[in-house]
Amino acid sequence: MIPAAFDYYRPKDMAGVLALLDTHGDDARVIAGGHSLIPMMKLRMADVQHLIDLQDVGGLSDIEIGAESVRLGALVTQADIIDHTGLATAAPILREAALQIADPQVRSMGTVGGNVANGDPGNDMPGLMQCLDATFSLVGPEGSRDVPARAFYEAAYMTARADDEVLTAVSIPRPTGGFAYEKQKRKIGDYATAAAAVQMVRAGETCASAAIAMTNLSDTPVFSAAAGAALEGTRVDDAAIKTAVAAMLADIDPTEDNRGPVAFKKHVAGVILSRAIARAWSRA
Amino acid sequence: MPKKQHYTLTVNGREEEFLAEPRELLIYTLRERLNITGPHIGCETSHCGACTVTLNGKSVKACTLFVAQADGAEITTIEGIGGPDDLHPLQVAFKEHHGLQCGYCTPGMITRATKLLEEIPNPTEEEIRFGMAGNICRCTGYQNIVKSIQAAAAEMSAAKEAAE
Ligand SMILES: Cc1cc2nc3c(=O)[nH]c(=O)nc-3n(C[C@H](O)[C@H](O)[C@H](O)COP(=O)(O)OP(=O)(O)OC[C@H]3O[C@@H](n4cnc5c(N)ncnc54)[C@H](O)[C@@H]3O)c2cc1C
Ligand code: FES
Ligand code: FES
Repeated sequence: MIPAAFDYYRPKDMAGVLALLDTHGDDARVIAGGHSLIPMMKLRMADVQHLIDLQDVGGLSDIEIGAESVRLGALVTQADIIDHTGLATAAPILREAALQIADPQVRSMGTVGGNVANGDPGNDMPGLMQCLDATFSLVGPEGSRDVPARAFYEAAYMTARADDEVLTAVSIPRPTGGFAYEKQKRKIGDYATAAAAVQMVRAGETCASAAIAMTNLSDTPVFSAAAGAALEGTRVDDAAIKTAVAAMLADIDPTEDNRGPVAFKKHVAGVILSRAIARAWSRA
Repeated sequence: MPKKQHYTLTVNGREEEFLAEPRELLIYTLRERLNITGPHIGCETSHCGACTVTLNGKSVKACTLFVAQADGAEITTIEGIGGPDDLHPLQVAFKEHHGLQCGYCTPGMITRATKLLEEIPNPTEEEIRFGMAGNICRCTGYQNIVKSIQAAAAEMSAAKEAAE
């Protein structure tokens, strides 16, 4: 499995990255951990003539925990998330999700930026970030801009990021309440058959608010506002969970593949979401 | 045609300089260019872990890294962990507890396990199975791999205590 030849660059700063993207246009790609891109290049499904490695660009590996928000630099790896003690209390759902991605070796290379920029419906972090209402910071020739995760994904491998823009950070309002990242996979290291990210706030006996997003059940992650709304004001009993699952099922659009036929995927999506809601509520 | 580039790696403490195309996968650099054949190629698709090496202190799969990404890095392979005359406690334990049959997965297993025991010096069975999940073995059924790692952990902890 030898990928096609390319020129390789390792610029020291973002200005260098943007200059290379400007010069080479569509023929250039950035590489972070490479654990989505290299497999595609080996299969010759990605045609990259100029490969721009981000590893020496400073300031992209920081994890900042503020009073109101958490900011992850694009090059923060899944292993960094798991090992960070502050994050485990500030946004524990990040660690719970990261532990369900791939295996230790892959997690030491795979980055947050690559995971959310990739646009593969199988990636776990896009749905997670939609649940958390994260914002992606992009920088390009025209300067920087922020795009909400919930408005970032257009279709498989199509996102709001322009080819000449680089994703620099993911910012998350500090989550409150109970959380769960629940994932059904065929084996450890597999992409999801179905996964659900749930974050819920309790007010006394009832649910004050709920955010729900699903993974690998459409050509984009699915933030189901209707499913969250179905739980609000309820005591999160069986009837409320059923209503939320029905609302979620109306929002997803899975296709048949080697993980199973459509009916099976919908069934699994329902089971996974029910479990995620129950677990998030028990922690709220 | 892209030109070959000049790269430097420190492998098992030895500095290696050579010319290669950036697209060369690190596993081929090690095996075919530097003759370091401990790390194996099982799947070549990032799944089996036979190619596991330690790169700048992290366990990685050498089949899923371009040599260009590794330029300047420090790499440890099974050859740097222990040899026939100075076996690492993990190597001794794998031998004693039948942690291998054909041995194809073993260099990757032991290289990954050395890092696991740095991360968690006395892991539970569950922690071992989770921490070794990136390494596949077609022979042993894993039971004896778990036992070997537990035995090595006990041995290494005892040795550490004795030294203190
Ligand atoms: C065996 C295996 C199992 C896996 N299992 C899972 C899984 O269960 N769940 C999961 O979510 N992922 C899984 N992955 C994917 C892994 O998490 C990837 O590492 C991740 O999807 C991409 O991160 P990366 O840093 O490796 O990105 P790269 O591969 O370097 O890049 C991916 C894409 O994003 C672009 N890109 C990268 N960084 C930026 C940036 N900062 N700005 C703009 N564009 C950028 C690249 O140009 C490329 O198109 C698996 C991978 C392997 C090999
Ligand atoms: S050869 Fe690298 S993971 Fe299998
Ligand atoms: S001992 Fe044969 S593959 Fe593990």
